[in-house]
Amino acid sequence: MKFKYFPGCTLYTKGKDFDDSGRAAAEKLGFSLEELDEWTCCGATFPLAADNNMALLSPSRALCNTLKAGEDRLVTLCAVCHNVLKRTNHVLKTDEARRNTVVSFLEESYDPKVEVTHYLEVLRDIIGFEKVAEKVEKPLAGLRIAPFYGCLLLRPAAEMGMDDPDRPTIFEGLIKALGAEVVDYPLKAECCGAFQVLNSEATATRCSAEILESARKNGADLIITACPLCQFNLEDRQKEIAETAAAFKPLPVLYFTELLMLALGGGKEAISKDRHCVDPFPALRARGLLE
Amino acid sequence: MLLKLDPSKIRCEEIRDIETIAADSVYKCYQCGKCSAACPAAPEMDMLPNQVIRYLQLGMYEKILESNTPWVCASCLQCMTVCPKGVDLAKIMEAVRTVHLRRGENKLNINKLDEEYKARAPQIAMIAGLRKFQSLS
Repeated sequence: MKFKYFPGCTLYTKGKDFDDSGRAAAEKLGFSLEELDEWTCCGATFPLAADNNMALLSPSRALCNTLKAGEDRLVTLCAVCHNVLKRTNHVLKTDEARRNTVVSFLEESYDPKVEVTHYLEVLRDIIGFEKVAEKVEKPLAGLRIAPFYGCLLLRPAAEMGMDDPDRPTIFEGLIKALGAEVVDYPLKAECCGAFQVLNSEATATRCSAEILESARKNGADLIITACPLCQFNLEDRQKEIAETAAAFKPLPVLYFTELLMLALGGGKEAISKDRHCVDPFPALRARGLLE
Repeated sequence: MLLKLDPSKIRCEEIRDIETIAADSVYKCYQCGKCSAACPAAPEMDMLPNQVIRYLQLGMYEKILESNTPWVCASCLQCMTVCPKGVDLAKIMEAVRTVHLRRGENKLNINKLDEEYKARAPQIAMIAGLRKFQSLS
C-alpha cells in the first residue's frame, strides 16, 4: 500500500525525527509514504480572512499535484500542514467562487475528490489499531503516556472531522494498541500558545506550564503529540518554567511516531537523541523499555 | 467605566470592513461570555474576547485597534467551539489584525528575533509569525 505524502518544511529539518520515525513505522506496518513531487510549504497557518486567497495557493497547488499524480488521497503527518491542507481542501470543495479564483490563478484544474488524511487516521481507519497491536514487538508495558492533541488536529471539528474536539480518542486508541497506559487529563486538547511564542511569550510559557502540570499531576511519564510546534513549545518552555517554579520537574514530549517505532521493535534508534531538550531516555529506562 | 456611545459610529464602515474580512457578523453575539471563559490566552489580554465583540457592536472601533487582544489570540478556535451562536471569533481577531497589517503596520519584525532562538525554533513558528504579525508591504 502506497500513499502520496506531504512532509512539510519542519519535518525536513527540525522535525526530521518525526518524519524518519513516521516513514520507518509505516514500512513496518505495511504501507509506504511516497513524497509528493514539488511540494512547497503549506503556509503554516490557514488564512482566516475570507478575502485572503493568496494564502490558499500553496496548499491548493499540493492538492492539484496529488490529483495530477493520479491519487485521490494526500497523507500528512505534521498537524500544522494537516490543518492547512484539510481546511484549504474544504474551501475548494464548498466555495465554488473561491475555487475558481484559486485554481484559475494556478492554471490548474481541480476535482474535489482528493481527501487529506492524517497518519493517525491511516492507522485507525485504514490499517486498524488492532492490526497495529498485532505488529507490536515490544509492548510499552507500564509506560504512562499523556496524549496531547493541541488545536490543529481537532478544530474546527466540522472541517477536520477526525475526532470529537472535546473528548478525542484517536491517540488513546493508539496508546492502547502499543500496550501502554493512557493518562487522561483535562488539558489534552488545549492550546500550547502556538505562534504566540514569538509575540506573547508569556502566553506560550503559561499555557505550556498548565498543560505539563495537568499531565504530570495525572501521573504521566511523558507526553506525545503530532504537532512540531506543540512539541517545541512544550519542551522548550520548560527551562523558563523551571526558573519560576522550584518544584517543577521536566517532562519529555515526544512525537507519537517515536514511541510507535519503539513498540514496533525499532530499539533506541527510534527515539531522537539530539533534538529533545528534555531527555526522554530516563523515563523509558525507568519502565524497562530501554537498556 | 462610563462610555459615551456615538450612534453614528454603530455599523460604521470600519466595522463593516472587519465583518467583510471575517465573513461573519458581530451582531450574532449575545454576550454570554463563553468564549472568554474558554480562551487559553485571556490572562495576557487587556480586553476579554467577548468585550472585543461588544465594542464592535457599539461602534467603538478605536478601542479595538488599541487593544492587544487580537494580537494575543493564537487562533486555537476554542472560542468558536463553545460559542452557542456560531460566531467564529478567531476570524474577527484575524480581521482586526488584517486591517492593521494592510496599512503596513507590523506587529513584529521576525528578522529582529534572537538569532539563537531562530536557529532553535521550528520553521512553522517563523512562517506562522510572518503570516500573523508582519505585513506584506
